[in-house]
Amino acid sequence: MLRVRETWLRGLSLLAFLVIWQLAAMAVNKPLLPAPTVVLTTLWNDLTEGSLLYHLGITLARVAVSFLIAMALGTALGIVMGRYRDVDAALDSLLVLALNIPALVTIILCYIWFGLTETAAVTAVALNKIPTVVVTVREGARAVDRQLMEVAGVYRVSMRRTFVQVYLPQLYPYLMAAARSGLALIWKIVLVVELLGRSNGVGFQLGTFFQFFDITGILAYTFAFAAVVLVAEAILIRPLERHLTRWRP
Amino acid sequence: MLSALPGEFVAIVGPSGAGKSTLLNLVAGLDREMDGDIQVDGQPLHADGLMRVRLGFVFQEPRLMPWLTVIDNLMLVLENSTDSVERVRHLLREVGLSDIEQSFPNQLSGGMQRRVSLVRAFVMRPELLLMDEPFLSLDAPTAARLRLLLLTLWGELHPTVLFVTHQLREALALADRVLFLSSSPGRVVLEVPVQLPRPRELGDASIGELHDRLLVQYPELLSGLVEEEKQQSASEIPDSDNRLPSSR
Repeated sequence: MLRVRETWLRGLSLLAFLVIWQLAAMAVNKPLLPAPTVVLTTLWNDLTEGSLLYHLGITLARVAVSFLIAMALGTALGIVMGRYRDVDAALDSLLVLALNIPALVTIILCYIWFGLTETAAVTAVALNKIPTVVVTVREGARAVDRQLMEVAGVYRVSMRRTFVQVYLPQLYPYLMAAARSGLALIWKIVLVVELLGRSNGVGFQLGTFFQFFDITGILAYTFAFAAVVLVAEAILIRPLERHLTRWRP
Repeated sequence: MLSALPGEFVAIVGPSGAGKSTLLNLVAGLDREMDGDIQVDGQPLHADGLMRVRLGFVFQEPRLMPWLTVIDNLMLVLENSTDSVERVRHLLREVGLSDIEQSFPNQLSGGMQRRVSLVRAFVMRPELLLMDEPFLSLDAPTAARLRLLLLTLWGELHPTVLFVTHQLREALALADRVLFLSSSPGRVVLEVPVQLPRPRELGDASIGELHDRLLVQYPELLSGLVEEEKQQSASEIPDSDNRLPSSR
């Protein structure tokens, strides 16, 4: 019952937004603020005849790869820093530094050092995300229940099983939080990376539209991208989270 | 000096601060700061990070993994999982837990969780079983049922048991031999063999007699213990209807 209600509320707020936008566009009546109907038509045309799917696919691939790299490295580092005080003390100030380096700086430096390549692009995105993953996972690693680890120790559970069945589940809430905020951050940075140094992808397309002041195009692409992110959240992140926390009462 | 014979059920009682839990932690290798050594058949128990015997440990809290189902919690402590699922299922049937094998610990009552935790200690066929006040703060019928289950499982596999408690009556009802520790420094100050036939229950007259006789015989030794026991077991009135329903 509650779930149905929630779904309705989600839909309703989106609809209200579209209505307000439509009314505003009709009031302004200039190409600077195209109506949602115009944007949706453009979106449809780009989708069926244009290259939107191609650019969208490229961008999503970059998001996926850099997301996985950032999560893997950030988790590993977060666990080590949460577990070993010395490592934590040694790396903490570097971590604070890394957290505060503007994304743009990392991107530019990566492009200069590694050239305008795919590797540079993905590296730049991952580097931007790793520190926040580390901070979240480190928090989880610090909160690991020693009593449960003792059970694994006393019963001689193998290292691998202890990690997968006793240790990692305690980090799931933290990993989910990192993944959530991670995706939100990464797809924004990927667009900047594409704008600055790639010749395909949604970011590149947006750059092109910008040069022609093609606001309808910009909004159509934004729309498509936002829709994909919403869908990914609904069919990947939320079910995964529900599965991982199904044991909660 | 403290020793146990193979298959012997030894209860260790003593006031808080006597180091009862520490003793078990040392044997289990959870705590390594000690002078002296622990031996099995004349060989050190811990050598090169390995344990010479298969060890089970029942903690004060159930300590089940909340994200694993009952059966997965039991499988966790088994090395080779493929051939043992059937054995675990069999054991679950035997102790009347078949219905909940797919439940998560949070869906079970405290008594059920303890029962699973007790079964976990037996599922890997321990040679040495350490129990640290496993039935503390349970209501009397539940504690009685768990004691009965413990004796049933122990009777099948006969591991050596070190059972820590500060309830003299519980110790007498369970053990072959009861050791008394003094508080800081914790030393074995008295050793009482219990030669009463099993099954015994907390409320048995013979247990009560032995209990009272010990109190009269060693008043200064047991005075601290008994005061604690009174507080702890105020609600623990021996119950006549405490048989395990599913045990045959």
